[in-house]
Amino acid sequence: MPILNLVEAIRTTLEQEMARDPKIILLGEDVGKNGGVFRVTEGLWQKFGQERVIDTPLAEVGIMGVSIGLAVAGLRPVPEVQFDGFSLPMLDQLYNHAARIKRRSQGKYSCPLVLRVPHGGGIKAYEHHSESLETFFCYIPGLKVLAPSRPYNAKGLLVSALRETSPVIFLEPKKVYRAIKEEVPEEPYALPLCKADLVQEGKDVTIIAWGALQRVVLSAAEDLVDKYSIEIIDLLSLAPLDKETILRSVKKTGRCVIVQEAPKTCGFGSELAAVIQEEAILNLKAPVLRVAGPNTAMPLARLENYYIPDKEKIIVAVEKVMAF
Amino acid sequence: MLQFLSSEGKIVNKKGLPKIAAKELKRIYELMVLSRVFDDIALKLQREGRMLTFASLLGQEASQVASSVVFENDDWFVPTYRDHGVLLARGFPLKGLYLYYAGDERGMEIPKEIQALPPTIPIGSHIPHAVGIAWAQKLQKRKSVCAVYFGEGSTSKGDFHEGINFAGVFKVPCIFICQNNQWAISVPTSRQTASESFVKKAEACGIEGVLVDGNDALAVYKATKDACDKARKGGGPTFIECYTYRLESHTTADDWKRYRSQKEVDSWKRKDPLLRLAKYMKKEKLLSKKEEKEIFDSAQQKVKEEVAEFEATPLPKAEDMFKYIP
Ligand SMILES: Cc1ncc(C[n+]2csc(CCOP(=O)(O)OP(=O)(O)O)c2C)c(N)n1
Repeated sequence: MPILNLVEAIRTTLEQEMARDPKIILLGEDVGKNGGVFRVTEGLWQKFGQERVIDTPLAEVGIMGVSIGLAVAGLRPVPEVQFDGFSLPMLDQLYNHAARIKRRSQGKYSCPLVLRVPHGGGIKAYEHHSESLETFFCYIPGLKVLAPSRPYNAKGLLVSALRETSPVIFLEPKKVYRAIKEEVPEEPYALPLCKADLVQEGKDVTIIAWGALQRVVLSAAEDLVDKYSIEIIDLLSLAPLDKETILRSVKKTGRCVIVQEAPKTCGFGSELAAVIQEEAILNLKAPVLRVAGPNTAMPLARLENYYIPDKEKIIVAVEKVMAF
Repeated sequence: MLQFLSSEGKIVNKKGLPKIAAKELKRIYELMVLSRVFDDIALKLQREGRMLTFASLLGQEASQVASSVVFENDDWFVPTYRDHGVLLARGFPLKGLYLYYAGDERGMEIPKEIQALPPTIPIGSHIPHAVGIAWAQKLQKRKSVCAVYFGEGSTSKGDFHEGINFAGVFKVPCIFICQNNQWAISVPTSRQTASESFVKKAEACGIEGVLVDGNDALAVYKATKDACDKARKGGGPTFIECYTYRLESHTTADDWKRYRSQKEVDSWKRKDPLLRLAKYMKKEKLLSKKEEKEIFDSAQQKVKEEVAEFEATPLPKAEDMFKYIP
């Protein structure tokens, strides 16, 4: 079985799916000849030609808006935004149009597209290149928001996304792009779009995370292995949300720590905490805690490690819910 | 500015005068009358509380109808909230428009045989969609083209620039129809641009721009037909500025007296596109007094029937808002 990093897993999946479905086209800034700034689309322009892997003008609203038109008229565009910090102008197109066109046209048109977003920090990039903006996307009814954490689940989720009829946001954790390798089956396989991964079973406390922080959670749990029995959930899909897996786990453990990179206030973790208290309050033995970025702008590289939740902060939170 | 007809319906310029079959010209006239009657009744229904906020197209019938009739059924349309004339001309049911402007989403249902997006309310953000749709025709080796309608206010938006710039770069079969009706609610064109015309904005993107008298159905027809033929042959996009005027208030929630003079409005009433075409057709013996009345009566009758259907439509159900989850 091939052993791939995240970049390779996404690239080979795009390649296989493009060979399967001639309607899939890639577009964005530098995605063609140059293979994208993270090289995710490397070699695809050479293989599929400039009508299927398209270097566009530098225009995020244009890329998103044009993709909607392409999708409505029968293609399956996969736009890439170069960095998450630049996806904000696309929100109008996503909110007012992509997520609504099916209803606006009373079912006549759908908008099958996958917006690929390099997500989160931890790679010592420029200002505005390290944001975690999932909350903005999750707030838009009608979008599916996927957050793979590893090469294996990235492939399975991307295959499903590329066979979906609704618009999908695909958050690719930059920090993981080349950080780990694992076995990824050669043949395409589809992971369900509303299914969290129960990464590790435990009895004392549930830790929920997604994307790059999943690995940090694993290392925190490793440190605590002799002390507590920890259950770990990797959300994979933020919208729709797999409430069943979350609630089953929290009802069992009675304690929950949610870990996110984005600022705490109104972050996606707040939604999770709300769902848990609405539906499992009588099973809770301690308040649900959020380990999150502070409510300040993402700092530049020299401070980013203070900002992004680390193993220590997660351990403190676990100790706190255990001691409550 | 491309113009063939004076306000009195006289031919002022023969060069390039489009050859429009008598039947086709009559159809254009009929659709312009239908648009006007539709519009008039909509305003009345709104005043009587039988419909909600409505944006009148009064004065823009030639820009909308004479442009949209040149396209084929497989061609695409991306209209705004003021482009009822475009939708009517393409065969969109009047009843649907009344429903939509009475707050009923079912009015956005698009008949099978029409390729159009429902009217869009946000200014300008629909322009890139049209470019994407046109591009999809080209990438899929289809012959169809896409026409997008918008007001001059849209041209101040980034969405417009990003969209039209894509269209130029990828040479897509998109026809940009800008109805410069002089006012974006209360804001005049001088506050939208320091450019001497809106056509200049297209030229900056390497796109041919054509300025036409938007109250002259023949000029609008000619410019759009040429643009459509060119796009179909792979010649890429065209931007058409229809120089026209909105005779009514912006919407039924607006009062034009707050920002423009009676004199200005009156001066444009003398350039009425419908009267102008009628005068021309009468001179050319393409329309008799009797036919004129018949066309008007039949539009009245059609609108009456569609209003009856609209008003007989049962209210939507609460659960309808969960229909069509993407
Ligand atoms: C993005 C956006 N901003 C503001 C509005 C409110 N608004 C509705 S119509 C309008 C003026 C539009 O003028 P123009 O584009 O020239 O078209 P017209 O109404 O004259 O046909 C404004 C400001 C809106 N609908 N969308």
